[in-house]
Amino acid sequence: MFQATLGSQDLAQSAVNIPEIDWQAISPVVVVFVAACLSVLVEAFLPRERRWSVQVTLSLLTVVAAGLALGLYVNSDAVVGTGGITVAGQAVPLFSADYPALFLWGTLLALSFGALLLIADRSVDGGAFASPVPPAPGGDAVQYQAPGRQTEVFPLALFALGGMMVFLAANDLLTMFVALEVLSLPLYLMCGLARRRRLISQESAVKYFLLGAFSSAFFLYGLALLYGYAGSVRLVDIAAATAGTDRPETLLYAGFGLLVVGLLFKASIGPFHAWTPDVYQGAPTPVTAFMAACTKVAAFGAILRVLTLAFEASSWEWRGVLWAVAIVSMLIGAVLGLTQTDMKRMIAYSSIAHAGFLLVGAIAMTEDGLSGTMFYLLAYGFTTLAAFGIITLVRDGNGEATHLSQWAGLAKRSPLVAATFAFLLLALAGIPLTSGFMGKLAVFSAAIADGMAPLVVVALLASAIAAFFYLRVIVLMYFSEPAQDGPTVSVPGAFTTAAITLGVVVTLLLGVLPAFALDWASVGGFVS
Amino acid sequence: MSGSVLLLALLFLPLLGALVVAFLRSDDRVAKGAALGFSIAELALVVAAWAAYDPAGDRIQLGSSAEWIPRFGVHFAVGVDGIALVMIALIGILVPIVIGGSWNDRLPEERTAAGFYSLILLMQALMVGVFAATDVLLFYVLFEAVLVPMYFLIGRFGGARRQYAAVKFFLYSLLGGLIMLASVIGVYVVSGNQLGSGTFDWETLVATVSTADTSTQIWLFLGFFIAFAIKAPLVPLHTWLPDAGAEAPIGVGVLLVGVLDKIGTYGFLRYCLPMFPDASRELAPLVLVLAVAGVIYGALLAVGQDDMKRFVSYTSVAHFGFIALGVFAFTSQAQAGAVLYMVNHGIATGMLFLVVGMVIARGGSRNISDYGGLAKLTPVLAGMFVVAGLASLALPGTNSFVSEFLVLIGAFPTQPVFTVIAAVGMVLAALYVLWVYQRVMQGPLRGNAVLGLAGGPGAAGDPSSEGLAARLASKVPDLSRRELAVLAPLVALVLFLGVYPQPVLDVITPSVDATLTELGVTDPVQEGN
Repeated sequence: MFQATLGSQDLAQSAVNIPEIDWQAISPVVVVFVAACLSVLVEAFLPRERRWSVQVTLSLLTVVAAGLALGLYVNSDAVVGTGGITVAGQAVPLFSADYPALFLWGTLLALSFGALLLIADRSVDGGAFASPVPPAPGGDAVQYQAPGRQTEVFPLALFALGGMMVFLAANDLLTMFVALEVLSLPLYLMCGLARRRRLISQESAVKYFLLGAFSSAFFLYGLALLYGYAGSVRLVDIAAATAGTDRPETLLYAGFGLLVVGLLFKASIGPFHAWTPDVYQGAPTPVTAFMAACTKVAAFGAILRVLTLAFEASSWEWRGVLWAVAIVSMLIGAVLGLTQTDMKRMIAYSSIAHAGFLLVGAIAMTEDGLSGTMFYLLAYGFTTLAAFGIITLVRDGNGEATHLSQWAGLAKRSPLVAATFAFLLLALAGIPLTSGFMGKLAVFSAAIADGMAPLVVVALLASAIAAFFYLRVIVLMYFSEPAQDGPTVSVPGAFTTAAITLGVVVTLLLGVLPAFALDWASVGGFVS
Repeated sequence: MSGSVLLLALLFLPLLGALVVAFLRSDDRVAKGAALGFSIAELALVVAAWAAYDPAGDRIQLGSSAEWIPRFGVHFAVGVDGIALVMIALIGILVPIVIGGSWNDRLPEERTAAGFYSLILLMQALMVGVFAATDVLLFYVLFEAVLVPMYFLIGRFGGARRQYAAVKFFLYSLLGGLIMLASVIGVYVVSGNQLGSGTFDWETLVATVSTADTSTQIWLFLGFFIAFAIKAPLVPLHTWLPDAGAEAPIGVGVLLVGVLDKIGTYGFLRYCLPMFPDASRELAPLVLVLAVAGVIYGALLAVGQDDMKRFVSYTSVAHFGFIALGVFAFTSQAQAGAVLYMVNHGIATGMLFLVVGMVIARGGSRNISDYGGLAKLTPVLAGMFVVAGLASLALPGTNSFVSEFLVLIGAFPTQPVFTVIAAVGMVLAALYVLWVYQRVMQGPLRGNAVLGLAGGPGAAGDPSSEGLAARLASKVPDLSRRELAVLAPLVALVLFLGVYPQPVLDVITPSVDATLTELGVTDPVQEGN
């Protein structure tokens, strides 16, 4: 973060001066990063047997403390919405705690609280995470009893969370890039931590890392070209440069394209989605929940910021392209989702379709589009979180039973789990009285108001297609006979119960009484 | 004020009932009894609401409204006009009858009566809400939400192919609903452009959207129309209904064709015509073609069915054609007839469905070819079949005659060609009803289901029909007192509304006239008078 500050200063070729820091505004981020460093120290110095409880307490407290800091700042007497880290003499903060950032920080903190609860739960089969000691070669199926608990996941998660918070608040492409790496590297590692089915988990980590490294390179290349175009990496400067000059437009288009590819990759929008199913399937389910909910928020936060602040003036030039991307993403997610037989892959394709819907709102470029997209992120995050929470519970002798056929007749054995999952699926399908519907309403109304009615019609058709595979799971759970030696549903631990309850309650609440969250999401826009 | 409380009570009482019944898992009889009690209390509220409604009063009555999502201008707003009121009354009448009619249904393994009746009451609450909503988004929300209990009712309690039928029903309706969502958002945006901030309030939307230019109206109209045409259902979007109707349990089938499908025709009247008058006039010929095609096509397919429940479903497709003809003929008589038809169809077809269910309960088969000569064994049941059948084919003296006649006579001045073609449907109706009656009830005892009851295939060779009848008489009982009690109110309504429909027409007519005013059509029939 601070490196980036200096870096962009050099690029701007001005004298080094001390940036003005509104500590209170950025306090949630500071809390998370300080705690992440502490967490590393705990990992290094505390004896193994005591680490787990300390790490769990520390990380959950961190998220709560960051949330409190955020709440205090929003309700304080200070002028909210303009703070951050501002370089003297510049109007726009380099790293801005404006209203969208604050809303999305809150969303991220709430979601990661739920995800951390899932990660921390070890009542079911000892938890999802591998011991640091590698198993015997070829030990994919071999159960390996670790002498202690594996706890690296907590500092990694905290660093990823901090990176996400910076990523969506950066007004400067270089800061954004550093944050992108800070959030990505821990995620790559976390994907490979599964205790069971280690090979597929490690494979997913390698895939995610390789493709992620490519996308980072795209992002960086785009950044360089845009610097060549605008002479600055600050979003407002790029916006000023696009507003009518005789600069070479090739640089702008190429730079924009490469930059956006990097962002679309992180948000798992088709056709840059190829990693998503494999990674969602291979990663330990709590980590998948964390990625699915939080990474989406961070990536879309950055997409919204970059499009609005830097490229609004040139929107008529790129909008057609992003129309096509949104359509491709929605159709890939909906159609390929139909053919999946694995629950986690199915949810992955569903997330690709949802990313398409989100992109529809993100390219609306209006206040309603911004607030609608942010509301959708909030709603979608909690629903997905709870859905993955449920997936961790349905197990057979070999761990989680993620094959669809294993879910047959679940309603007979565990009516409550089946009913909860059915409700979450209906929310993902966007049936009214769930948050999924309100999110779609918010996003699509903004899009129609901005003249994108055909895109919305495509989106609604894609929703109808996608509804089929959600429905198929409900049919399986409710109307099919259970398999002979089907999976059992574990009694969830307190942590998992809390996480699922959180997700379900928010899904219902935002579906029935969404007014308060919609108001929060629309308090204000980006500062520029 | 008390009127608005009444309407809210109408909405929330079944919801409360659904919750209470859901917890009565341990004892089926208690669950059924509680469900019946709630539905009868609801019926009492309906009577009170009918009394509180003033036909000469405002367009929307018994209304109340609370802010729901201020950011989108959404209100939890309910209220009724005459059309909505008669539909809510129909729901109030049918639900206790359905509960009574399903009393002895054998539920599939591991399903409890509590689940079944709780879903029925939940559906009742949502359906009342659909008809009472005066906020377009609230209407949409309930329109979609009503799918969920229906889906589970068909999928969990239905016949052999229930999974297929439930999914097909859900996907068809959801597809229509999502297309409608685009239009719902569209009218919101149009109102936002005109008023500065968008609204979903129905009366405001009628005032603003109806002034939009014709091409905008046509697009928005189509979104609503497709959803309603799937729901109603109009040919060619009807294919889900025979499947859903055939696989649904009898009671659920009654609610499906009796009430749920009326949401489609109600939607034409309440949303398509007043909000998009130009588009409605422009596209009326298209709708009329679909309507008349439905009348003929549904009737022909009904003639050809062997499955009794599919047969009833196809007769409904034909009847919905008549209703759509009445709605889009744009005369006061035809529209009043169409609304009355919606009520009468609910009563007549509901009764036919129940009677067919009683036949199936005795023979264990849905196929017409498995029956024959039942009238010898169950004369009262046969008599009920006749009443329901004649009401369905609109014999003078039954309730359907009045409505069908009103539709035809009202539509003739504006749409003579379509009316004449639709009148052929009446002849076909006589054919399909009487032919089914003849095959199932008349003639010698025959058919696998009947003979099977007599004691296996060996009995088929028995030449003495006297001996056969004697052996069957104990195995095929005539109507029980419960079944009589279920059918009696429907018979009474069939005859009463056949002779004296005026009380219902009095409630309907002012609302229909208001709709025509909103549509900007001068009624040629009334001008002529």
